[in-house]
Amino acid sequence: MDKAGMTGRKKTFLLITIPIMILFFCFNTLPLIQGVIYSFTNFKGYGSYDWVGLRNYIDLFQDGRVGGSYLFTFKLAVCATIVVNVISLLLALGLNSKIKFKSALRGAYFIPNILGALVVGYIFNYFFTYILPVWGQMIGSKTFGSSLLSNEKLAWVAVVVVCAWQSIAMNTIIYISGLQTVPEDVYEAGSIDGATGWKQFKHLTFPLIFSFFTINMVLCIKNFLMVFDQIMALTKGGPAQSTESISYLIYQNGMGGGQFGFQSANAVVFFVVIVLISGLQLGASSKKEEQL
Amino acid sequence: MKKKVKERVNWPITILLIVGLITVIFPLYMTIVIAFKQPSEMTNSISGILSLPKSWSLANFAEAMRVTDFWRSLGNSIIITVLTVVVSIVIHSLAGYAIGRNKAKSKFYSFVYLYIVSGMFVPFAILMMPLVKQTAMIGLANWVGVIVLYVVFYMPMNVLLYSGYLVNIPMALEEAAYVDGATTWQTYWKIIFPIMKPMHATVAVLTALGTWNDVMTPLVIMSGSGMTTLPLAQMTFQTQFGTNYNLAFASYLLALLPILIFYLVCQKQILNGVVNGAVK
Repeated sequence: MDKAGMTGRKKTFLLITIPIMILFFCFNTLPLIQGVIYSFTNFKGYGSYDWVGLRNYIDLFQDGRVGGSYLFTFKLAVCATIVVNVISLLLALGLNSKIKFKSALRGAYFIPNILGALVVGYIFNYFFTYILPVWGQMIGSKTFGSSLLSNEKLAWVAVVVVCAWQSIAMNTIIYISGLQTVPEDVYEAGSIDGATGWKQFKHLTFPLIFSFFTINMVLCIKNFLMVFDQIMALTKGGPAQSTESISYLIYQNGMGGGQFGFQSANAVVFFVVIVLISGLQLGASSKKEEQL
Repeated sequence: MKKKVKERVNWPITILLIVGLITVIFPLYMTIVIAFKQPSEMTNSISGILSLPKSWSLANFAEAMRVTDFWRSLGNSIIITVLTVVVSIVIHSLAGYAIGRNKAKSKFYSFVYLYIVSGMFVPFAILMMPLVKQTAMIGLANWVGVIVLYVVFYMPMNVLLYSGYLVNIPMALEEAAYVDGATTWQTYWKIIFPIMKPMHATVAVLTALGTWNDVMTPLVIMSGSGMTTLPLAQMTFQTQFGTNYNLAFASYLLALLPILIFYLVCQKQILNGVVNGAVK
């Protein structure tokens, strides 16, 4: 390519990149900076406001409701991630084995993932309120005899169930595509050395699909930490704020509760937490992968 | 030569998987039967709720369509999703091209790449409140603003996908076009854009599923504009459904139907798209 062509090319690339960068800056970086600025004020969302320095951050760590939302969100994220990955892996192993109606079954198991979380939440809300308690009474269980959603100690379990119902579909598909990358002769060679069943899975299959396990862990944790729709549809944070997720609390009190500044500080901390966890996960998994 | 013995079908696992399908089908079955029933058929016993309806009347659906202004919210959802997908494919593939072709040798472009891709870690919760102020200030507190925001939110993931895909497209193709006198811009549209078709499909599926089902962005950005999307309408009309669950479920079913039909038609593309997007 001649010199004139190169400059023309460089110009074109810049003409593409600069406007896109500006767009991204205006609707991603700028609001992020504004959020950080608001977090140092006592802004209510309207009217005038003052600088309060680090007051919001200090208050944040003493606020029971904020602490409760972090506890709930992490409890949900950890439990749902474990439940989802165990079931997904089992399902994927099943759906990848020599079965009849393979593609139909795979297609059917994926359906929950394409449905909107809010509507799914409303449907399950009815299930937990009107169907499950009747079954609970039939088996004579006190715990399940009344609605899970109005049980302060167990409402979070219902949220886990609904989150898992949808996420399992996605993770299963990813595990299946992982299992398909394992060549058949690995198993043949393994079976000569006596690796079958659980041994085969532990020493051959799992290490070989480890990168897919990583993807699923990162996807799960990130999605569950940001949970919102399911809370909106199932519990609205109740009973007694026992299922208030971080995103829901920020929305609820920041947008309508006059805590614009305070919840901005909450959002900044939440952002830092997400970055730290994602960084840790990616760092840990790349280390593990090198060892394998 | 290895003789391939045809393995026998594993029936126990097949049956187990079919039984397990109940967990997927039951909530959908429940939605369908309740949507078709009249409130008088809903006795307190389970059999009353879960039995098949006496008559498959469409009255609930007609009423739900009227109450939630179904066709308008469906239209809004379609406009927002289609425009978001089209604009995303054009802008994000261009960005992916400019960045992907330069990030290896240019510090500036590798910075731009990191800058945009790291946007993936910014939760909506922190952007939400400033964005509400910002969009209201510049007159974007409406469906146009929602589309602009989606295009920005999906940029990190899609730029990552496109620039990753570009690595497999040899430079020689472009150089040949230059020799024939084409500019970079022309080369892009005539050669690169068509070649990236598989990635367009992936981006389209992921972006469409995300925007179609999203509630939070339209909720905070355009709830003041009097417009609603299909999922958002389900929330807005909760109070009007009251305890008429048959009406509510008819409305839920209507909200789920478009994406279910779409999935039945393009199942293969959707599955491929989702897997491609996650694995890359």
